[in-house]
Amino acid sequence: MSAGTATREGAPAPVEDGSGPGDRPAGRARPADWGRDLAMGARFATSGGRQGWTRTLLTAVGVALGVAVLLLAAAVPQIAAAFDAREEARSGGLGTAGHYAEPTEKTVLTKNANTHYRGTTLYGRLLQADGSSPVRPPGLGEIPAAGELVVSPALKELLESPEGRALAKRLDGRVTGTIEEDGLLGPAELAFYKGADDLSAGEGADRVEEFGAPESDERPLDPALVLLIVVACTVLIMPVAVFIATAVRFGGEQRDARLAALRLVGADAATTRRMAAGEALVGALLGVLLGGWFFLLGRVFVGRIELFGFSVHPADVAPSLGLGALIVVAVPVTSVAVTIFALRGVAIEPLGLVRKSEQRPRRLWWRLVPPAAGAALLLPLAGSVAGEGASVSGVQITAAVVLLLGGVALLLPWLVERIVGWLRGGPVSWQLATRRLQLSSGNASRAVSGITIAVAGAIALQMLFSAVEADQTVQDESSAEKGSVVNIYGTHATVGSADTLTAQLRRTDGVREAVGYLQAYQEVRGSDDGMTIAVGHCATLRRIARIDDCREGEVYKVPPEEGETGAPPAGTAVLGEDGKQIWRTPRARTVEGIEGPEGGKLEGLLATPSAVPVDALDSPNYQAWVVTDHTAAALEKLRTAVFRADPAYNVFERLDEETSAEFVTIRRAVLAAAVAVLLLIGASMAVSMVEQLRERKRQLSVLVAFGTRRSTLSASVLWQTAVPVVLGIGLAVVFGLGLGWGLLRLMKAPAGDWLVFLPVAGAGAGVIGLVTLVSLPFLWRMMRPDGLRTE
Amino acid sequence: MCIVSAMSISHTLLGLLESGPRHGYDLKRAFDERFGHDRPLHYGQVYSTMSRLLKNGLVEVDGIEAGGGPDRKRYAITDAGVTDVAGWLARPEKPEPYLQSTLYTKVVLALLTGRDAGDLLDGQRAEHLRLMRELTKRKQGGDLADQLICDHALFHLEADLRWLELTAARLDKLASEVRP
Amino acid sequence: MTAHAPAGPHDGGAGAGSLLAASDLHKTYGSTAALDGAGFEIRAGEIVAVMGPSGSGKSTLLHCLAGIVQPDSGTVTYRGETLSRMPDARRSALRRRDFGFVFQFGQLVPELSCLENAALPLRLSGLGRREAESRASSWLERLEVDDVRGQRPGQVSGGQGQRVAVARALAAGPSVLFADEPTGALDSLNGERVMQLLTEAARETGAAVVLVTHESRVAAYSDREVVVRDGRARSMAGAL
Repeated sequence: MSAGTATREGAPAPVEDGSGPGDRPAGRARPADWGRDLAMGARFATSGGRQGWTRTLLTAVGVALGVAVLLLAAAVPQIAAAFDAREEARSGGLGTAGHYAEPTEKTVLTKNANTHYRGTTLYGRLLQADGSSPVRPPGLGEIPAAGELVVSPALKELLESPEGRALAKRLDGRVTGTIEEDGLLGPAELAFYKGADDLSAGEGADRVEEFGAPESDERPLDPALVLLIVVACTVLIMPVAVFIATAVRFGGEQRDARLAALRLVGADAATTRRMAAGEALVGALLGVLLGGWFFLLGRVFVGRIELFGFSVHPADVAPSLGLGALIVVAVPVTSVAVTIFALRGVAIEPLGLVRKSEQRPRRLWWRLVPPAAGAALLLPLAGSVAGEGASVSGVQITAAVVLLLGGVALLLPWLVERIVGWLRGGPVSWQLATRRLQLSSGNASRAVSGITIAVAGAIALQMLFSAVEADQTVQDESSAEKGSVVNIYGTHATVGSADTLTAQLRRTDGVREAVGYLQAYQEVRGSDDGMTIAVGHCATLRRIARIDDCREGEVYKVPPEEGETGAPPAGTAVLGEDGKQIWRTPRARTVEGIEGPEGGKLEGLLATPSAVPVDALDSPNYQAWVVTDHTAAALEKLRTAVFRADPAYNVFERLDEETSAEFVTIRRAVLAAAVAVLLLIGASMAVSMVEQLRERKRQLSVLVAFGTRRSTLSASVLWQTAVPVVLGIGLAVVFGLGLGWGLLRLMKAPAGDWLVFLPVAGAGAGVIGLVTLVSLPFLWRMMRPDGLRTE
Repeated sequence: MCIVSAMSISHTLLGLLESGPRHGYDLKRAFDERFGHDRPLHYGQVYSTMSRLLKNGLVEVDGIEAGGGPDRKRYAITDAGVTDVAGWLARPEKPEPYLQSTLYTKVVLALLTGRDAGDLLDGQRAEHLRLMRELTKRKQGGDLADQLICDHALFHLEADLRWLELTAARLDKLASEVRP
Repeated sequence: MTAHAPAGPHDGGAGAGSLLAASDLHKTYGSTAALDGAGFEIRAGEIVAVMGPSGSGKSTLLHCLAGIVQPDSGTVTYRGETLSRMPDARRSALRRRDFGFVFQFGQLVPELSCLENAALPLRLSGLGRREAESRASSWLERLEVDDVRGQRPGQVSGGQGQRVAVARALAAGPSVLFADEPTGALDSLNGERVMQLLTEAARETGAAVVLVTHESRVAAYSDREVVVRDGRARSMAGAL
């Protein structure tokens, strides 16, 4: 107005730079316009009455769930670091560090007493102070006196419960205190320190001058595991990102109508876009706040969750500042970008919304580029993760996974459009649904793309797991009749201790058979290979080989089935720890070895105690195999027997029950996560379905007036969800199996189970059903005749 | 059968008499006040109408006042007159253009005399629609010229009908204005 | 013109020969009474206009007559059967087979083509697609809209769409056609055309028409009219 007046009065208007307030070129907005329009949009988000609030809240909750998951994921490196730090802080030279330390007032003798109880590993240490002011591991107020136990709160609870009775018998001590939080890896960890008075350095115990030395036996993670973690994170986070993008667009239809009204009163297209962005921003910002709150809330509960025997201190769940800030900034920015991008395909006309439709058919070629690039990144890596010490090129694999999974999301709209375009005929409900899809297949596939990514990723993960699992799980040969075979191995043994323990094992409930002996592996002169010497009294040796006429003082020989080594000829010099000769092998009668219950025979020399210089042998250890009843109770009793003989002794089940149980748990967890993602996406689908129904209230009422059965309309809602979801899951199965196969090639693992996709696909089907079920009450409400009223 | 002019001044005056006997001049004033608007009644018209009504026995002379005026008769309506008014009010007008003034007069008189103006309007409406139906039927069977002519009439009738509806919706308000 | 037997006001009883009748209908939405003792009656093949001001309850009366809405009290009888005593499924089936509907706007399913829309009621009552569409097609021809059969409702004009709706309503051969302001969204020329085609087709097939309208020119296509005022229906005889 004022600009026009000025021109008319003859004042030269600054036309050349075009920056006058009135004639600013449309589409180039100043920051002030942005601010004004965003604020206006924000007002719409909060002032739409109950419905407006519901929409904003839905967006906020959707974004919040996504943000919480992202924050949690961002905290994973911190969690791992905190874990390592705690582990280091309590470690006390279980290697060589403290071995040669001299006893002082400060030093403490420690001995490994880790044990398994019902599938869970307990962290255990025997402690014995040398002097009056001993160093202490973190979380421990005082070194317990001999026979006293200081336990973690979780262990205390277990010991006091009926389930822990057998364990209490094993630990055999009075609980005099609890380990503080800073001495535990996680709040649910089972850990104990037990006081001792019979430890001596060198006999399985170490003398430490301080706790907190780095664990010397720290191994790098199994590359297969790293691969799993990389893929799992990618696979679980990608759908969350997609979900956030979907959540921002909740309530799109109503918003579009409002924007059209704004255009009617004169707002230009760019302004309406900015207003839409402002509206989305409110939901996203609320979502970030709410997500932060969800995260903090979740953190509290994290302490109560135990997974794979691990638990996490809430305090350790903290994303790094950088990642946290990135999430807090990126989510709202993305939400605005998504909104503006989404409106790009939509011309907001003053009289309602015109999809720029009669769209030309989607093109295929560029949609194939990302998955092809992903495959190109992945395939050359074949075999690179196989074997020990292999390095995992995380960035390349992540990029490949992202590209391949992103490719699913890109291909889906094309596929849905093509296939839905073919659909013809069928019953009325089918016709209604397919025609609807034909008209707006884009909306349908957008909603489903999240599902597709989640399912494809989950399938690939499941394939990886099933392969790794097959790799790590030994075939279980035990049974109720045959019993379970258990191996026991312990360092620092003597003939006496071996005999005592073996006898103890035989007396243990549930043990059917037990053979144990002292065994050493000795270097010999003139050979690169050493030899095994088993030392035992005749009663023991007769169980290892056929020596009916065994006599004390004799030595026997079981020659190896193949090759020459393992049983050197008589007169060979046997070397001690320091490389000096300790013994010459005597003339030994050749005997036939007896196959143990796990197959295989002991090959080498079998000596009666008086025939060898037992004390000079290089770290003789205790070796035993036991056949027990095939029950958990028998196993626990056996463990107790071994623990009480020497807590540092190891008990190996022939069947690695824990490994397989752990993998079952991991697979379940992945499935659970995938289902959770599916549910999230299902929720967003239900919301958009309800919205769509509301928009079609009048037509629904008309159809009802025509006498359309409820079941027909319900079925059409079902089809409308089912068609894109089924197509999406189909595509996901193809891509998931392909990705899984590609990842397995990295590990040179054979693709085992091609049917792993069944549970996830089933979950997808469940989502279809759920979305339909949730939509039905709304459908029925919309079917009421008040939709016909125009007055 | 009975003499009904387009404006039906005689019925209107009769109707006005129903609320009580009046002098001729009062009648003119009452008529002008309510229905006269642009065209006040000539007193001569009242005089001649009254003479005719008197002759037909629809009114009678209630009394004569002494004075210098040409006509100081006071008229009162007879039973026959009341019947005549009732019949007139109940009878729908032949639907034709520019009927409103007659209809308005009828409605006001119905309200003044405590009759059901709604019934009156409904009756008129039915008559209008009857004619519209006939015209519609003729239109459907006829050529373009017929159609155009019928449509012209139909649109006018429709306008009348709208007025009828509007009036029906405002009867209460009108009644309160007419009968203070 | 032969006037039908006059029916007095409030005479909603199911007289002999009436196809669809209602008496003493009451229906309240919230605190506003949409119907307050309304009665109605229509004979086979008769076209009855239901008129009245906005909010008078015309549409509610139509909804009650068609069994879309259950009145709070009163009865609606169709061929001697009481609608309110039927289970919902029976009433739905009745609406599919015996009734047809034309509304003011927004009644065509936007995704389906005009032909598919017209075939919808036939398919709903179990006819195969081919048969249904061929029958619907002949109705589109009769209503002079067969040239838009392949297009979607959004792509045709309001008049064409409304004629498709009429074709749809008549395709299933209903005994009663309910038309709720069928020309409400059309200009007079299109409205006239739609009414002409509708009434001609209804008379040929012998369908009775309940025509809710506030336009007298539309009502003039009827045999008689009923005025709804304050939730009560008054029958207007064609002549006094």
